[in-house]
Amino acid sequence: MDVLTTIGLNHYLTISVLLFGFGLFAIITRKNAIVVLMGVELILNAANINLLAFSKFNGAMEGVMFSLFVIVLAAAEAAVALAIVINIYKTFNTVDVSRIDSLKE
Amino acid sequence: MYELPSGADIQTIISTIKTGAQFFLPEIFLSGLFLVLILLDLAVRPARHHVLSITSLVGLLASFYFIVQQHAMTGEEIFFGMYVVDEFALFFKYLLVGSAVLTVLLSMPSDELNSRTSGLGEYYPLLVGMTIGMVMMASATDLLMIFLAMEMVSLAAYVLTGYLKRERRSTEAALKYLVYGAVSSGLMIYGFSILYGMTGATNIAVISQVLTERGYDPLLLMVASLMILAGIGYKIGAVPFHFWSPDVYEGAPLPVTAFLSVASKAAGFALLMRFFYVAVPQTIDPAGFVPGLDWVTILMILSVASMIYGNIVALWQTNVKRLLAYSSIAHAGYALLGIIVMDELGTQATLFYLVSYLFMNFGAFLVAILIANKTGSENLEDYRGLGRRMPLAGAAMTVFLISLVGLPPTVGFIGKLMIFSALLAKGSLFIWLALIGILTSVISLYYYMLIPLNMYLREARHPLPDKIPSGFLPQAVTAGLMILTLYFGIFFTPLSDFALSAISIFGNQLF
Repeated sequence: MDVLTTIGLNHYLTISVLLFGFGLFAIITRKNAIVVLMGVELILNAANINLLAFSKFNGAMEGVMFSLFVIVLAAAEAAVALAIVINIYKTFNTVDVSRIDSLKE
Repeated sequence: MYELPSGADIQTIISTIKTGAQFFLPEIFLSGLFLVLILLDLAVRPARHHVLSITSLVGLLASFYFIVQQHAMTGEEIFFGMYVVDEFALFFKYLLVGSAVLTVLLSMPSDELNSRTSGLGEYYPLLVGMTIGMVMMASATDLLMIFLAMEMVSLAAYVLTGYLKRERRSTEAALKYLVYGAVSSGLMIYGFSILYGMTGATNIAVISQVLTERGYDPLLLMVASLMILAGIGYKIGAVPFHFWSPDVYEGAPLPVTAFLSVASKAAGFALLMRFFYVAVPQTIDPAGFVPGLDWVTILMILSVASMIYGNIVALWQTNVKRLLAYSSIAHAGYALLGIIVMDELGTQATLFYLVSYLFMNFGAFLVAILIANKTGSENLEDYRGLGRRMPLAGAAMTVFLISLVGLPPTVGFIGKLMIFSALLAKGSLFIWLALIGILTSVISLYYYMLIPLNMYLREARHPLPDKIPSGFLPQAVTAGLMILTLYFGIFFTPLSDFALSAISIFGNQLF
């Protein structure tokens, strides 16, 4: 019953692995560029949960600091990514990754 | 749970940062240049590009002054062990800032950038910003710093790739670069979080110490290293993390392609060496080395796959940019061979190889720009009959391609020779790697020589003028790179000594 009543490190890690899996799944299966980028955000947040959990159970601040930077960089990356996706929509009239293939072997 | 720092603690932290700043002058100077370029663009807009390009050229050259001064302060760890100044980092600072200078020189005559964009106001600042990121990649010793530096490079690179925003291929290349880049950096940060969980530290020297002292689960370390390798492998463009590179190289503006293929790759190699040599304990033992599940074996697979795949797929390419993209995958494989050897000779060979790649690849791209300015295409077919009409460009291209194949008397030959001799010096175990390297080099002879073949021995389909002029500056740079390629092919000692002096990595005197 201990697993159900107290939240330990493993709970955090399980959530993180699940998020990571969902993120990877979205990246691999989805064709919409926006959804692919959402999958990337899930992976980054899975890493954040890892960092924060390890930091909490380790008693050190590095993980917290690290995850703050990850959040900031994820925002910066999203800004650049959306600008590129908007430009893609303007030139190709679609954001379907599988249909954007003017560059060929 | 956490204790707040006292006032005295904060004072010490501030003074540490202050004393650290004097070891950070090249980066501070480049950041200043970045801001100056943005303000300059606002002031002179929309008049002329060359104000910006000359300012960035002068600024980048001036930053060499600060880098030279850093030779006196090597072995210094600054900002709480996040960043180091050592000979290894200085070597890469020269290489990376040097390739930024060459990129500016390549951008100035490029029609693609000067007439098909709505302005270059962001182009030069982004180029400088990317250079700062790469310089930091070469000196970072903390997981956080590595991540920040890599993202700095990536974000600038995505925008530069899509700089011709009205063109389909440039936009598409930017999207592909972005998707692969974001996924691999996500994997890398997840790997970092696992590594942090295993050790409770973010400094790579401390990580290595904790791992060796406390022991570790090899499988878990393998998973973390593989994820981190996905991030770094994407930067160096090795198989199987290469999917982006042909499309991105084809779609991006030519000067950006050259910069990505040389500088971004070199920065990736710097990080790969520093991270894997220092942070991850290796089981390699010259006497009884057993190939197993460790990162040296993984790098071997990567290297062999890159050499074979890059050289064989390049055989079918009809676009010169794509051809050079596959060739750059193959060259990542050759440079990896030097890292696999894991001794002074091998590291020296890899460093030498990266410098030789700088000369020959920038040269080849510069000639491609000159030709693209005149014909408007990078198709192999359109190179027919150009050798006689552009004598300097034709001769230079031939020299660069001979160097890329690895034939004497060029710098590419010395680079390959050093790598293969480092492999053979290590013993019989690595002979098969050297053999694969030599055999794939022979294959590469075919596709590289298609370009001079078209330039000299085939006549153009459409009538062309007898002389095609291409301006003084690009001709001078082409000639300079050609002379350097040949000069270092014969008098290579200064360059190889320089590489040898650079192989001490701070924190762990290598090997």
